[in-house]
Amino acid sequence: MDKSDFSQHISQQYNEDLQDILSGVMAMGGLVEEQLSDAVSALVDGDSQLGEKVVTSDAKVNDAEVALDEACTHVLARRQPAASDLRLIIAVIKTINDLERIGDEAERVGRMGLHLMEADRGKVPMEDIRNLGNLVRDMVHGALDAFARMDPEQAVRVAQRDIQADSTYDAITHELLRRMMEDSSIVPRIMDVIWSCRALERIGDRARNICEYVVYFVKGTDVRHTSFEHMAQEATGDGH
Amino acid sequence: MAYEGTTFPPETTSEVGAPDEPRQGRERAGARDAAVEQTAEDTGSIAVNNLNFYYGKFQALHDISMHIPARQVTAFIGPSGCGKSTLLRTFNRIYQLYPEQTATGEIRLGGKNVLDRKQDLNLLRARVGMVFQKPTPFPMSIYDNIAFGVRLYERLRRRDMDERVEWALRKAALWDEVNDILKQNGTMLSGGQQQRLCIARAVAVRPSVLLLDEPASALDPISTLKIEELIEELRDDYTIVIVTHNMQQAARVSDNTAFMYLGKLIEYADTDTIFTTPSEKRTEDYITGRYG
Repeated sequence: MDKSDFSQHISQQYNEDLQDILSGVMAMGGLVEEQLSDAVSALVDGDSQLGEKVVTSDAKVNDAEVALDEACTHVLARRQPAASDLRLIIAVIKTINDLERIGDEAERVGRMGLHLMEADRGKVPMEDIRNLGNLVRDMVHGALDAFARMDPEQAVRVAQRDIQADSTYDAITHELLRRMMEDSSIVPRIMDVIWSCRALERIGDRARNICEYVVYFVKGTDVRHTSFEHMAQEATGDGH
Repeated sequence: MAYEGTTFPPETTSEVGAPDEPRQGRERAGARDAAVEQTAEDTGSIAVNNLNFYYGKFQALHDISMHIPARQVTAFIGPSGCGKSTLLRTFNRIYQLYPEQTATGEIRLGGKNVLDRKQDLNLLRARVGMVFQKPTPFPMSIYDNIAFGVRLYERLRRRDMDERVEWALRKAALWDEVNDILKQNGTMLSGGQQQRLCIARAVAVRPSVLLLDEPASALDPISTLKIEELIEELRDDYTIVIVTHNMQQAARVSDNTAFMYLGKLIEYADTDTIFTTPSEKRTEDYITGRYG
């Protein structure tokens, strides 16, 4: 399956509706990626302007989700899509839900960045947090790229990076707990940082969800709640 | 090819394009289990083996092999001229009204080959009822529309016949609308009621198979929904085979769907699979409205 498959309907309007939805998902994904980059900078570098921007841009992401939901409802009601068209619409509805939640998590990280004092920044392993932020941002980018290319094998590669995101998160929280035990006066601030890291880790999970939708939409197989090995097997199997 | 009669989907010809084993195992379990439950006495299933059909010299069906499970709804879909109505018409040999039309191969129903020359056509047609695209009530009373067919096969006392007529009209969800006008001419009913009258007429001789050839294509949406609701209720007692141009209708009412193209069976699977993850590109192109 490739993108040209969605321009071969006898109804030109149907082709345009589906192309508009695909473009809309990519545009929404671009907004979320930017929001996430800004949120990580706001937290790690203390860039308050970017922190403000993250908070205000969340409304745009929400609007994009509502508009795409409406477009998908329109296609379901008027076209009764089947097979790959149906799977595309289902995958889009689920993907934009995850993108919106990624936007919410980014907003949370951005807000934490605004509240974190400069003096406290030295007390947390900021470079590790930056690495985690960059990793999950790359995952979101990769997941959207796999969606745009309709490439399930790329989706599997991106999803597998969630293992690294989880272990990085575990290492950071372990270190932060150790520091809290050493100096109880910083516990409230460190807790904020832990919540931010938790938000980043959740973003990795949601990027992985999107990768699973790519496999479903291209291959017709639901790989949620299965192992990476199974996901890889389905992604490389004979497609529809 | 000897037909085993216990698996679904059946051994397929090269045209059928059966999905690989894991897909069958997971996605077709429902239909297959239902087929396995059938016993040897179960005579409602239809096994088609290497069926070819000719209009004179023109071959309209090519080596069709499929198993239609008992007491399920099986839909035939495909573009005009693909052979879906032709295939349906072989099951009760109604094509024999036209001498230039011939079929070869085997259609097993109730342990017998429908295509066998010795097959009693009247008995076959009592066993395999058919409803056409256009409602075809006889120009006689509603009561007689039902009783007419029954009298061909059975001699019933008046009271038993009354009961049979009521039973058939109830089966066809028409009784409540006509029970006080049974003497009125059947042609006075609305199109949707006429079609349900035809279904009642088919049901009245207690067939095991009901063939529906575009049964709702001439009806308004509400009458169509009533026919679909009726199909839903009849599926427990009859093997139903429906030909339809309306893919959403096939998706709504059927358990299994066969996609045909140019006289060949391209893909045959449970309806959920056909409408979400078809194996064949031609099936996908057809049901999604793409250029084939």
